[in-house]
Order: sequence, then C-alpha cells, then structure tokens
Amino acid sequence: MEAVVAIAIGVLTACGVFLILRARTFPVVLGLTLLSYAVNLFLFASGRLVLDAPPLVRAGAAYTDPLPQALVLTAIVIGFGMTAYLLMLALRALAESGDDHVDGREKS
Amino acid sequence: MSGTSLPPLIVATAFIGCILPALLARFGRGMAALGAAGVMAVCLALLAPLAPAVLAGETLVTAYAWLPGYGLDLSFRLDGLGLLFCLLILGIGLLVVLYAYYYLPESDRLGRFYSFLLLFMAAMLGVVLSENLLLLVVFWEITSLSSFLLIAYKRELHESRIAARMALAATGGGGLALLAGVLLLGHIAGSFELTAVLAEGERIRGHSLYAPMLILVLLGAFTKSAQFPFHFWLPNAMAAPTPVSAYLHSATMVKAGVFLLARLHPALAGSDLWFWLVSGTGATTLVYAAYMAFHRYDFKGLLAYSTISHLGLITLLFGLNTPLSVVAGVFHIINHAIFKASLFMAAGIVDHECGTRDMRRVNGLFKFMPITATLAIVAAGSMAGVPLLNGFLSKEMFFTETVDYPVFEEMRWLMPLFATIAGILAVAYSSRFIHDVFFNGDPVDLPRQPHEPPRWMRAPVEVLVVLCLLVGIFPQWSVAPLLGAAAGATLQAPLPAFELAVWHGFNLPFVMSLVALAGGITLYALRQPLFAFHDRLPFIHSRSAFERFYEGLRVLARGIVNRLDNGSLQRYLALFIAFVLSLGGWAWLSGPPALAATAYQPADAAAFAALATLVVGALGATLLHRRRLTAIVFASVVGLVVALAFVRFSAPDLALTQLAVEVVTIVLLLLALHYLPQTRPAEDSGLRLTRDAALAVAAGAGLGAASFAMMGAPFETISGFYLAQSLPGGGGSNVVNVILVDFRGFDTLGEITVLAMVGLAAHSLLDRLVLAAPGHDSDGRPWARERHPLFLSMLMRPLLPLALAVSVFILLRGHNLPGGGFVAGLVTGVALILQYLASGIDFAQPRLPRHKAQLLALGLLLAGGTGAASWLFDRPFLTSAHGHVALPLIGEIELASAMVFDLGVYIVVVTVVLMVLAQLGRLSREQETVA
Repeated sequence: MEAVVAIAIGVLTACGVFLILRARTFPVVLGLTLLSYAVNLFLFASGRLVLDAPPLVRAGAAYTDPLPQALVLTAIVIGFGMTAYLLMLALRALAESGDDHVDGREKS
Repeated sequence: MSGTSLPPLIVATAFIGCILPALLARFGRGMAALGAAGVMAVCLALLAPLAPAVLAGETLVTAYAWLPGYGLDLSFRLDGLGLLFCLLILGIGLLVVLYAYYYLPESDRLGRFYSFLLLFMAAMLGVVLSENLLLLVVFWEITSLSSFLLIAYKRELHESRIAARMALAATGGGGLALLAGVLLLGHIAGSFELTAVLAEGERIRGHSLYAPMLILVLLGAFTKSAQFPFHFWLPNAMAAPTPVSAYLHSATMVKAGVFLLARLHPALAGSDLWFWLVSGTGATTLVYAAYMAFHRYDFKGLLAYSTISHLGLITLLFGLNTPLSVVAGVFHIINHAIFKASLFMAAGIVDHECGTRDMRRVNGLFKFMPITATLAIVAAGSMAGVPLLNGFLSKEMFFTETVDYPVFEEMRWLMPLFATIAGILAVAYSSRFIHDVFFNGDPVDLPRQPHEPPRWMRAPVEVLVVLCLLVGIFPQWSVAPLLGAAAGATLQAPLPAFELAVWHGFNLPFVMSLVALAGGITLYALRQPLFAFHDRLPFIHSRSAFERFYEGLRVLARGIVNRLDNGSLQRYLALFIAFVLSLGGWAWLSGPPALAATAYQPADAAAFAALATLVVGALGATLLHRRRLTAIVFASVVGLVVALAFVRFSAPDLALTQLAVEVVTIVLLLLALHYLPQTRPAEDSGLRLTRDAALAVAAGAGLGAASFAMMGAPFETISGFYLAQSLPGGGGSNVVNVILVDFRGFDTLGEITVLAMVGLAAHSLLDRLVLAAPGHDSDGRPWARERHPLFLSMLMRPLLPLALAVSVFILLRGHNLPGGGFVAGLVTGVALILQYLASGIDFAQPRLPRHKAQLLALGLLLAGGTGAASWLFDRPFLTSAHGHVALPLIGEIELASAMVFDLGVYIVVVTVVLMVLAQLGRLSREQETVA
C-alpha cells in the first residue's frame, strides 16, 4: 500500500514540476495544483497509512494520527487561496501585457 | 500605585506620548511644542518621587513576565546611573524642545519633528531603565532607528539621507554585534537580568567565551559612541538640524555607548583584555579626534570631532579599571553633556543668524551678538578645561588618574604625556572656536546680517552655562550627591574616597593643566603652518569612502542576482529545482535512510485501480496541457482520487474538504480559462523539453522515494496529548477539528487572515479590469447563445436552501464529527456559485450581501474576538470554554466557545469564495454590456 501512495506522490510531483517549468501562465497554475496534491499527500503520509481508524473520539476505538490531518486540511485551503490568487494575477498580467507568457512578454 | 511600578510607567508614557505632537501640530507649532514638553514634564514628575530613595543608594527593580521561556522579561531598573541619565535625557530634552521651536523655520509644522524626538527619547529612557539585557538591546535598536529619522529630518537633502544611512549602517551594525554579545553574556551568566549578571563578574571574566563576548559587546558600545575607527558617522550626522545634534551628540545617542560601558562595568571590567581594548580605543580616539577637531573649517564639524574626542576620554577612563577612574568617567559624562549641549545650541544660533558655518567667513561676531558670544565662550572654556568651570574638574580628575595609574612601572610617564597632549589639543580647538568665530577681524561676505537671536532661543544656552558655572564653582554642593549615587551604581561597590574641590593644591595634575592651557594657546597661535601641513596629509574622506563601499556592495549584489535571475521565470525555477535536487541527492549520498523498519501493508486491487486512474489523470493533464479544457478535466480526476485516498486512510475531514475545494477550484479554472487563450501551439525547443522532463522525473523519483522511506521509518507521534485532551480539554470528539479551532487556533486565525487577503486581492487586482472574452471555442464553434438554461436555473433555486441547510449541519457537527467551518464554508460557497452559473450574475449579485469586505472583517473579528474574550477571564489568548446545553426537541448538546471561532472561519471562507468568483464573473458581464 505504501508503495502505491509513494508512486502516486512521485508521479504527481513529476507532472507538477514539468508543468510549472512551462512558459505560459495556465500550465503553471495547473502544475502548482498537481504539486500541491503531491505535497499534501506527502504531509499526510507522515502520519502513516492507517485503515478504519478516523480520529473521532469514541469508546474503545483506535485512532490514526490527527496532527498531519489538521496540517493538511490547512494546506488544502491555503492551496485553494494560492490557486485563486495566481489565476487572478494571470488575468491581470494578461490585461496589462496582452499576453499570457510568465515573464509578461513574448520570448525574444 | 507602588513606587517601583513608576519606571515602566515612565517609559510607557514616553512611547505613548510620542504621537501627541503629531496630533497637536494641526493646532499650531506652539501646541506641538507644548505637547512634547508636556510629555517630558510628566516623565520628570513620575521620576521625582523616586529620586530620594535612589540618591540614597537604592536600586528599584520591577519585572513583568513577557517571554520567560527565553529569559526575556519586561523588567526595569532604576538606580543612580539610570537616574543620572534620565535627568540628562529629560532635562536637556526639555531645553531642546524650546530651542527647536525657534530654530526650525516657521514653515515647519513641527509635529513630525517632535514626534521623532520623543520616540528617540522614549527609546533612550528604555535603554537606561532596562533591567533585562535583551530588553535593553530592543530599546537600543529603537534608538538607532529613530535617530535615523532624526538625522534624515531634512529628507529633501541628499546629504541628510546619506548621513542618516551611514549612521544607521554603523550603529545598526553595532547593535547586531551587541545582540550577539548579550546573548553570549546571558549564556555565561545564566540570566539576562542585570542584577544577576552584575553579581557574576568573577565567573564571567574567567569563562572561555569571555573574549568573543567582550569584543561583540564593545563593538556595540564603540559604534554607538563613535569610537575610532567607527567614528566616521558622527561628523556626517551634522547634516541633521542643530537641535538634533545638540540632543544626540551631547546627552543621548552617543552617550548610550559609554552608558553601556558603565552599566556592565562590574560584570566585564577588571581584566587585561578590557584594559587594552577599552582604554586603547579611548586613548586613540581622544587624541585623533582632538587633532581632527583642530583642523575643521566648519565650526559644527569642530564640535562634532570634539564630541568624539571627549567620548574617547570617557571610554579611556572606564578602561582604566580603578574605582576612581570610573567616578571621573561618570563625572565627565555629566559635564560633557552640559557644556556640549550649550555649545551646539550656541553654534546653531550663529549658523541660524549668519547662514554659514565656515570659520573662514564667520568672524568677529562678538560685536554683533555679545550675550550669545559670552555664553559660548564660557562653555568653550569648560570644554578646554579652564578652572572654575565644570570641565576643569573632571579633566583634573582624569589627569590625576593617569598620574596615579599603577600599571607600566617603567613607563609611568607615558599616560600623563598622552593626557597632556590631548589637553593641549583640546585647548587649541576650543581657542580656535572662540577666537575664529567671535573675534579675528570682521565677518567675510555673510549671507545675512547677524544679530542676537530671539530672547527664548537663547534661554536654554543660558540655563546650561549657569549649570557649568554652578558645578564648576560649587561641585560639592551641586553635583556631588547625584555623582555619588551614579558612580556607586556603576561600580556596584562602596565608593572610593574622592573630593570634589576646585583647588587641590599645587600638584602634578595642576601642572599638566597649566601646560595644556599654555601649550594649546601656543599651538593655536602657530595654526597657519600647521593647517598647511595638515592639508598635504592623505586623509580618507569618510563619506565618499562609505559611499563607494555602499555602491560597490550594491553593484556586487545586483551582479550576483542578475546571474541567477535574468527575468525569466522558467530559468529561475529550473535553477531552483536543480538546486533542491542536488541538496536532496547530497543528503541521500551522505547516508541513505534505513528502509522498512516497520512492515509495509499489502496493496489491494482498489488501490491499484485508484493509482492507475490518478496516473492517467496526471499524465493526461501534463501531456495535453496545450489543450487546456481537456487538461482541466484530467486534473479534476486527480483531485477526486486524492479525496478517495483520504477516505480510505481514515481522514474523513480531509476528504470532505478536498472534495469541496476541488469543485470550487475547477469552477475557478474554467472561469479563468474563459479569458485566457484556450489552446497554445508547441513552442518549447526539444532541448528545453528534455531538460524539464529530466528535472521532473528526478524530482518525482526523489519525492516518491523519500515518502516511501518515510512511511517505512519508525513512527513516533506527539499526538497522544491531542487525542487524550480533545474531549475533556476542547469539548469535541473530532480531534482534527479541535486541533484546528482550539489547540492550534492561532495558526488557523493566521490562515483565515491569509484567505481574507486573497479576497481583498481579488478586489484590488480585478476591479475595473475589462478582458475580451472570445465568442467561440478553440475549434471555432460559437458559444451557446442561451447563457442560462431554464432547466438549470429552475433546478438550482430549490437546491439552495437545501445546500444551506446541509452546510449549517456540517458547521454545527464539525466539533464532534467530520465537518467544520472550512468544509461548511466551501459547501455554501459552491451552492452560491451554482446560483451564479445557473441564473447569471444579474440575478445573483443583488441577492447577496454587497459589502463583502465588511463581511470579511466580521469573520476575522469573530474569530479573533473569541480568542481575545478569553483574556476577560484572565486566560491566555484563544483559551476555549465549553459546556452542555439542553435544547427542547434536540436534547442535550455540547457547546464550545471554539464553535464561535469556527463560525468566523465559515464566514471568511464563504466571503472569499464569493469575492473571487464574483470578480471573475463580473469581467464577463462588462464584456456583455460592451458587446
């Protein structure tokens, strides 16, 4: 099971990194989204993969580690904020420079 | 109120009071001045009731806990040394306030000036009243920063800005060294409280870290007190208005350095290293600066160098390691403050009345301003060490100390000789100041016709000169009690026997004084050949040297930055990723982690299926990224698989959040894509694609391997506390939610603040922005004309109350079961977005709150206010309270104050989603009206 998650993290990272190295704003945003999935999974995995043990207190139950979950929940929401902000920046840059190149200009 | 709570109150009054002049300035210059003087007077009044006890030798210490874990407490100390400095700071401060009112031009409203002056004064009071060394360093830094503002007061002048920057670079850099030194000192002494540190002198001097610590602390003191070779900033700081110079360079800023030497004397002094470093630096500065002062043409520059020289004298005295030399040093601090403040003010009057400070043109002023001239002559006499004036007394004590100094058996003559040379130079530059400015023929081509200044502009000088005489003639009666208390507090030991008298008999020190007077006047008489000789010497011009250094540093920094970042984000990111990869590779090579300390779990078919879906989604989004709509569809698959993974691995909260965020993000991407180009041709070269693919594969392999290794490593969690305390301490059984809103509530508050900023950014980035949306899709097909299908809009309206009910349910149960403010906010957000999509912005906009920014503020205030409310119950910020409440029909439920916090989170999330999407939607609406 761990290997499956590790492969997923690896694939997401590779795709994310490749996309953020592109020259246009849209793939960069897409790449950051994929990269944040990877990072969130990585953070989450630091609490190990535990089946059927949600951190809800009740009698006689086993619990997984709640701390990485709290961290990742925060990270998901912040990731949404960042994506929104980047998209707005991209639109603003498009309006200012008439182009969606990440450097604000056509490649010379 | 008990007496000991007054010292912190004095500092607080000064800091709070510093906004007063700025507020009062609108009612006129006089009100601003009165406000400033009033704050100082209140501080003096608060000091007065403590003076008798302190003069009797008591040390008053008050402490409030601040960050006790780091040894940083708000602790204050008032002893003789602190009292002396407070009196100098406040007394001379009052005179400077009066003087500046006349000195600065009528057009200056003075609010800014007095506020800066008070801020600086407050920081100085903090320095001299601190009991905690770290607190002292904090105030020390504030003096550096506020003196920057004061020196750059004439901000329109390039010269002022350079001078201020130079002073900040020198004193701020010294402040950093001091911080390091104090941290070492605290480490050695085991405490940052002065009372403890001062008692540990023996141990501190014997410690192996004594030498580096001493050097760092001295760097702080020497830069502040402008000791050679850090003296360069002070003469340039003369670009400040004269009231600032009179304040900073007589009683306050530069005295902070020697104050530190006095304050830490019992802890640091007494070693050979201290002697060589402190008295060596002091002696060099004393003679060098006196020589430089003699050769200035600018009389304010002359005073500046003489200030450096006198600070050297005080430093030398503190370096001598005998109790009597400390008494002499403290005494000279008092005397120098008094005569130098009056001299700067007199110089300012001359400058003000003549319009120039060049002694080749300002001559013979005695007949134009006899009263000012007389005052300045008396003060300059004190600076030279003429009998019956206060400067004579401390200089005589200095001479006595050099004669009696017990070190250098075979070279006993060396120190007295040095002292006499310094004395000769001091007399020479004082003579020059008196003779050149007030006599020596007639003025040459002055811009203005000089005359006496306004009556009250001269008053501060008169007060100070009277003090020079009082101390000089009746020392035992006027200054002895204060000096005794201050010197006693400096030494932290019984005072040595000393006698303050004008006449000590005809002895060697008196002969040295006579030689200095005669030699100085002779030197001045021979000045012409000396000046000619001096002009041929190759001196470094400190200002241009500093500017060259500064420019060089900037060019170097820019060169380095340009090599790494040439403006191309692609190149920069590639470098960044390559760098991180090489760090990771290096760590891996230096010791690969031990794998499989715990057993891995077997994977099942579902896991493989999910992995395959995820890989297809990710690869599809990547390979087809130029067909953008398709790429979004692929990416959304990835998000769903990740949400499923959270469900599988016992994280229901994460799954809910991920699902809701996914929907909002996809809508957002689609909206943005409406304006961005829908497709892009391939434009990257094969080489670049290969490079990026290599980086991507390496990064993916690296993080994948790292996570595999991490999941196999032995597992220890710190979460036991949270699991155990969630129900009894936080009142909720959903531990993740309790962590977010209670245990780590402060982090969450910070997080929603960031979200709120995104909402505000939506407003500032996209407001009044109009983008052209294409009328057809990437294949040239026109968009459907029917924008809001009836079917969709009719279905969505009854759905809204249902969705809202669901989100309220999620919000309320969040404390105990999966849910909470974030998820509920996102669900509400999605429900509202659906209304936008189904019925259009013209339908949705008027039905939603208009003032979204206020709504954001409400959410933040609710969350922050819940935290602050715990202060009312004398608990730390964000302490949660909870209890059981019985409601009819529903039964007993558990309520926690953290739920109100969660409500704040909910409001912020909903508002941010709405703000971002409404702004994006609005772009298209304007497009419609344009079209």
